[in-house]
Amino acid sequence: MADRDDSPNLQSAVREAWSKKSPLWLVGSGSKSFYGRFTQVGEVLDLSGHRGIVDYQPTELVITARAGTPLREIEETLYAQGQMLPFEPPSFDSGGTLGGAIAAGLSGPRRPWGGSPRDLLLGVKLLDGKGRILKFGGQVMKNVAGYDVSRLMAGALGTLGILLEVSVKVLPKPQEEIGIRFTASPDTAVTLVTRMLNEAMPITATCQNGDEYALRLACGAERVKQILSRYGISPGGQLPDTFWSEVRDHKHGFFSHQAPLWRLAVPPTAQLDFDEPVLSEWAGGQRWIYSHRSEEEMRSQAAQQGGHAMLFRGGDREGEVFHPLHPRIAELQQGLKRVFDPRGILNPGRLYTED
Amino acid sequence: MTADRQTLARAFQQMLPDDCVIYREEELVPFECDGLSAYRRIPLIVLLPTDEQQVAAILRYCLEREIPLVARGAGTGLSGGALPHEQGVLLSLARLNRILEINPNDRIARVQPGVRNLAVSEAAKPHGLYYAPDPSSQIACSIGGNMAENAGGVHCLKYGLTLHNVLQVTLITISGERLTLGTRALDGPGLDLLTLITGSEGMLGVVVEVVVKLLPIPERQQVALAAFDDIETAGDAVAAIIAQGILPAGLEMMDSLSIQAAEDFVHAGYPTDAAAILLCEVDGANEEVSDEIMRVRRILMASGATRVMTARDDQERMRFWAGRKNAFPAVGRLAPDYYCMDGTIPRNQLGKVLKRIGEMSQRYGLRCANVFHAGDGNLHPLILYDANQPGELEKAEHFGAEILELCVAVGGTITGEHGVGLEKIDQMCTQFQEDELEIFHAVKAVFDPLGLLNPGKAIPTLARCAEYGAMHVHAGKLRFPELERF
Repeated sequence: MADRDDSPNLQSAVREAWSKKSPLWLVGSGSKSFYGRFTQVGEVLDLSGHRGIVDYQPTELVITARAGTPLREIEETLYAQGQMLPFEPPSFDSGGTLGGAIAAGLSGPRRPWGGSPRDLLLGVKLLDGKGRILKFGGQVMKNVAGYDVSRLMAGALGTLGILLEVSVKVLPKPQEEIGIRFTASPDTAVTLVTRMLNEAMPITATCQNGDEYALRLACGAERVKQILSRYGISPGGQLPDTFWSEVRDHKHGFFSHQAPLWRLAVPPTAQLDFDEPVLSEWAGGQRWIYSHRSEEEMRSQAAQQGGHAMLFRGGDREGEVFHPLHPRIAELQQGLKRVFDPRGILNPGRLYTED
Repeated sequence: MTADRQTLARAFQQMLPDDCVIYREEELVPFECDGLSAYRRIPLIVLLPTDEQQVAAILRYCLEREIPLVARGAGTGLSGGALPHEQGVLLSLARLNRILEINPNDRIARVQPGVRNLAVSEAAKPHGLYYAPDPSSQIACSIGGNMAENAGGVHCLKYGLTLHNVLQVTLITISGERLTLGTRALDGPGLDLLTLITGSEGMLGVVVEVVVKLLPIPERQQVALAAFDDIETAGDAVAAIIAQGILPAGLEMMDSLSIQAAEDFVHAGYPTDAAAILLCEVDGANEEVSDEIMRVRRILMASGATRVMTARDDQERMRFWAGRKNAFPAVGRLAPDYYCMDGTIPRNQLGKVLKRIGEMSQRYGLRCANVFHAGDGNLHPLILYDANQPGELEKAEHFGAEILELCVAVGGTITGEHGVGLEKIDQMCTQFQEDELEIFHAVKAVFDPLGLLNPGKAIPTLARCAEYGAMHVHAGKLRFPELERF
């Protein structure tokens, strides 16, 4: 598909929806349609036709693109210049658009070291629920003029506005990255990796699956050897680069269980109590758990550790899939929804029953 | 003493310990301004609560009586964000100054807002950790103030701003409720309200607790200092370093006037005959730093540097940085007063912007020194003036406003890290359209419907913008005819 500015069509679709008070269900490439709540009401609005890179000068470390631009196109363009999207966004079913990646707010294995969509997002052009085109933030790294409305769009799942154009900070790709695997019990691995992180080892991804631990280091082979010997790790082999994209996109063998898939975000060394299959990333900060346990139990385990739990895939998707909010915070959130989308026509109910 | 002041003092004395209520005129004077001393106002009363229950009680009282309230950290802000309200309460968070927790395993610290920025790093040091954002005022400025301004520093190209280093805040709303935003994990559920609070200049609530990330202290830091005989060549060298895939921990530029001033002030060892210098710091493991600093050196030489020095030891490294970190006070010695600007521009516009600033400097007859966070495009022109000369302050303000409008015109912003406060409120009208300002006001109303928190700051009213627009036209001609207006 060719680059195209589809904003006039999108704007008139929103204006029509506004005047008819009829909700819109926003879809980019549809790769994350399993995510969030299923409340599909109203008409599908296809955002994938609004695509194309608008501005990219590698030395500015910023890329600006229309939101419907495929992630793959963005990544290929950046790789050609030795750069990358530092949040390493998942690309489920090999799809995904830049706008979808921002709207979902999900990050890949590099998250604790490279940042998240909200961290990297510098500015947006969006359509609000009245069909107005608004610009917040910009293309520069530092910008504190006005409230940081653009970053509020990251993870909002389209409930506050339709992203038209986004500017994202990019970074140089590490010159070398090597993945290795080794065997260690979860407890041993946590202690070891905490030590490595506190001593500033160049870790850029971790993945723990049972007694198997995988580590990605941003340095050359010689240095990797040094590091492994310093920490007494006997490597069980080098990992192919595809290992990390398989984990990121849930193509890794772990992600084939049949139970509902929960995602818990917790402090790295949080101790959780599960016998079910757990895959842990982000040095322990993100845990994937296949479990039939009650929603309450999953949530309270995460909350007790200072984190939160979401029902990532499967289960009851008409209930609350995201962690319930303090009533007053929910009220603030609903207030913000009314600011950006007074008639509640943009993806209503995708985040919470009452958003 | 006005009746209001007395009534308020009595009411708050029942709520707070006696020494937490300041209401005598002479004792109020130290609070009349923040780091932007050109603006001064005596508040009705100053309150110095010692715990968050007191903060909540104060906010509830203010809401009930509809009394404006301005929160203040260490008072080092440069945009008048903590300028008091004459009819309101100035709420100092200085006594909420405890470090509540350092957790080396999860690499986080939980602190109260009055804790000084540098104190966090000092407390984390025994664990080999530190708090990354390092604004130049870090000895004095507080974490609460850093939150309000989304403070940066010289290392934010690599390590980010306050926003990137805060996981969770506890906020007291205007109605006195205690809300926890964010989590102790890397993300939280629902809309990311934490991003909205960070940098909101005390307009949405009062932060009483912050959980920040700690990072491991790099094994080694090394800095290269390069001299250039032309400022644009220095700008190109910055682009060349980044094009080679290097992400320096710090990348700073100074022009000849600031080099000279810094050298005279701290004897940093700067080449005073240079038109510009670049300071490029790399950090990490010993081996990587050695490799990278050599690459930086080669790139700088290839980009036309007349001379490149690398610090021989940590002492020399600190001295190189001392020049940069003291650039503001150093330039301040050149004239009775200086006015510090804070625009951000796309880096490739640097040459053009500096040239235009040079022309303005001639036209206004005021000298201007430039220091530049070159890595992230954040420019700090320092306009020199003498407030005792009639009309000079006004001239400096016009000069500054023109610089900020130029920043917007080239695709940048009016403030990179100092905030809008009261100082840049008119330039907000240049940067944002009416619809966008309306959204800002509506966001504010969600948190603070009566507009009691820091009234008159950060976001201009539409009426004010209309007036500002008219003023431009009345002056005869638009200052930047190529600028879009509304």
